[in-house]
Amino acid sequence: MEIIMSILAGFLFTVGLYLILTKNLIRIIIGSSVLSHGAHLLLLTMAGLKTGAPPLLGLEADTYVDPLPQALILTAIVISFGVTSFILVLGYRTYKVTGAAETDQLRGTDTDE
Amino acid sequence: MSNWLILPVLIPLIAGIVALFFPKHVTAQRVWAFITSMILIGVNIFLLTYILSNGIMTLELGGWEAPFGIVFVGDSLATLLTTTTALVALPIIYFSFSTIGVEREKYYYYSFFQFLIAGVSGAFLTGDIFNLFVCFEVLLLASYALIGHGGTKTQLKESFNYVIVNVVSSAFFVIGVAYLYAVTGTLNMAQLSERVSEAGSEPIITVIAILFLIVFGLKGALFPLYFWLPGSYSVPPTAIGAIFAALLTKVGIYSIFRTYSVIFNEETAVTHTILLVLSAVTMIIGVIGAIAYRDVKLILVYNVIVAVGFILFGVASLNSDAFVGAIYYLLHDIVIKAALFLIIGALITAAGTSKLSGMGGMIKHHPLLTWMFFISALALAGIPPLGGFPGKLMLVVGGAEAGHYIVVAVMMVASLLVLYSVIRIFLQGFLGEPMLTHAEQHGSIKAQMPPIVFLVALSAFMGFGAEIMYPFVESAAETLINPRAYVEAVLGGNS
Amino acid sequence: MKYNDIILQTVTKFISFLIFLFAVYIFFNGHQEPGGGFIGGLMTSAALVLLLLAFDMETVRRALPIDYKIMTAIGLVFAVGTGVGSFFFSAPFLSQTFGYFHFPVLGELELTTTLAFDLGVYLVVIGTAMTIIQTIGEDN
Repeated sequence: MEIIMSILAGFLFTVGLYLILTKNLIRIIIGSSVLSHGAHLLLLTMAGLKTGAPPLLGLEADTYVDPLPQALILTAIVISFGVTSFILVLGYRTYKVTGAAETDQLRGTDTDE
Repeated sequence: MSNWLILPVLIPLIAGIVALFFPKHVTAQRVWAFITSMILIGVNIFLLTYILSNGIMTLELGGWEAPFGIVFVGDSLATLLTTTTALVALPIIYFSFSTIGVEREKYYYYSFFQFLIAGVSGAFLTGDIFNLFVCFEVLLLASYALIGHGGTKTQLKESFNYVIVNVVSSAFFVIGVAYLYAVTGTLNMAQLSERVSEAGSEPIITVIAILFLIVFGLKGALFPLYFWLPGSYSVPPTAIGAIFAALLTKVGIYSIFRTYSVIFNEETAVTHTILLVLSAVTMIIGVIGAIAYRDVKLILVYNVIVAVGFILFGVASLNSDAFVGAIYYLLHDIVIKAALFLIIGALITAAGTSKLSGMGGMIKHHPLLTWMFFISALALAGIPPLGGFPGKLMLVVGGAEAGHYIVVAVMMVASLLVLYSVIRIFLQGFLGEPMLTHAEQHGSIKAQMPPIVFLVALSAFMGFGAEIMYPFVESAAETLINPRAYVEAVLGGNS
Repeated sequence: MKYNDIILQTVTKFISFLIFLFAVYIFFNGHQEPGGGFIGGLMTSAALVLLLLAFDMETVRRALPIDYKIMTAIGLVFAVGTGVGSFFFSAPFLSQTFGYFHFPVLGELELTTTLAFDLGVYLVVIGTAMTIIQTIGEDN
């Protein structure tokens, strides 16, 4: 299971990087989101995908799940939610103000214009 | 008592939240921001003196014990940095009153600023590597908001790059944490220190160390990962540029300090050699940029990159003199970069342009600003007895002890060129033929002088008061050289 | 832009309440079981977004005159406030405690200080999500 998950994480990375390297702003934003989800998946996989009872709530079960990675990726997902929503607004504002939907229209500084 | 350790994070956080309730009352916003940053300075100085006399202080958040829960660790390095942060935040807030513009102030400028300070302080104080990631994200989110604040065309263009670069580096941070957790089974820095030294020279540890170097190098603008910095630091208003130049790269550098001394201190042959080479190249690239540009803001921005090279050279040398030098230089650089950015901000206000060719003869109308700039320029280059000197001296001594003579030579040459790059602004912008008559001046800069004078005085104090500063810095370097004390303070006897 | 979406509007009128109720359930469920402030908040904002889709922005603003930015601020006050409380009991920052209380109708219930923190998270999530959607949707 860990192997499949690692491959999946790698796949998400590939997709994310490909999207980030395109010119379209909205694709870049989606790419960044996919990339962070690849990282989250990797974090969960790296700690080992075990099956067991939830810890701290009882002492009956034989095996317990390590709760830390889950807490970590929950935090990371919330952060990536915040960042992604921010970039969406930023991308939208950029489009509104500069009229550019692609990165090559964003090159140069004001002095060149 | 140990709850006091959270205050450097909590005060700006609460200040920012409260400011969210009355965005349209600009005067109230200003007064509130000013008062809270005064309180922040007071608390930080108290913590600093307390820690120096009573040793390292720890706070286990939520009462969860050290290796399991999140700890905040206040050693002298962390509190020295939070104190300097607070000392720099106050004048920049004051500077914002007259420069940032009412529209921005109404749009939660002070709240974002305070959240940024909270994130920076949290990153300095935390003793948990995942919590470091969270604090990074807090300060980054605030900085995303600040860099695009006001939403002018160039700001939006640059902030999009800045955000994407940082999102990618954050993803790498998570990956680094994942590998580290898989290998060691812990994320507490003190326990990591133990576990990594038990793991010894396993190659995977070196891989993780390099991964973290990439992450922190991106945040700290180390060669070759500095490319995003010149654009994104030069487009926002000067007050925001000043706080970025003073603090944001420093957080990345501090993280390299921490991880490379407490955690990855076993297999130094590979990692620290890479760090050494990169720091030397960073100095060279930065200095080339600083000399090549004719825009005052960009000259300063490239000087930020040079400083990154200087400080990391201290880490790469890995001996106590070099660490003392690096920490001293780091602290002084926070102050002097803020001072120089504010001076340049005032200069641009007065001249109405940031191009060097468009200014001249400022000394005629603004003598105080001129001399403030002259002093800061010398301090930046490390002319004795000003503030940059003790740090640079110790860096050279430490570098020579470690036998890195070539890099020491590079550093000397780079220092000279740094001096050249800023003195050029002085000669052309402040001396030289006046371009504008008094009536043509683009705005009054009277209200901007107090914070500049305050920061320059602080920098001068770091030079002339080196005797007073030294014990603080030495004890900070001690925790880096000998992480044992750090580990024991966090884990207590039960490690 | 005026178009007749009678089916969507009618369904939304009661579906959004169902979503909201489920969100509240998920929110309280979060202490021991899957759920919590973040997910509850997202679901509530989903209900609000459904309202925005079915009706236009003005109608929703008239029906729910809430300033979402203030809502975010109040949420942050709750979340940070539970931490600050620990200063008065000289417990480590962010410590939590719980107790069992007897309520007239509901019987005995467990109440924790984490609930206040989670309520803060809930409000912050709704506040930010709605602020962002309103910012983007404003000029349509």
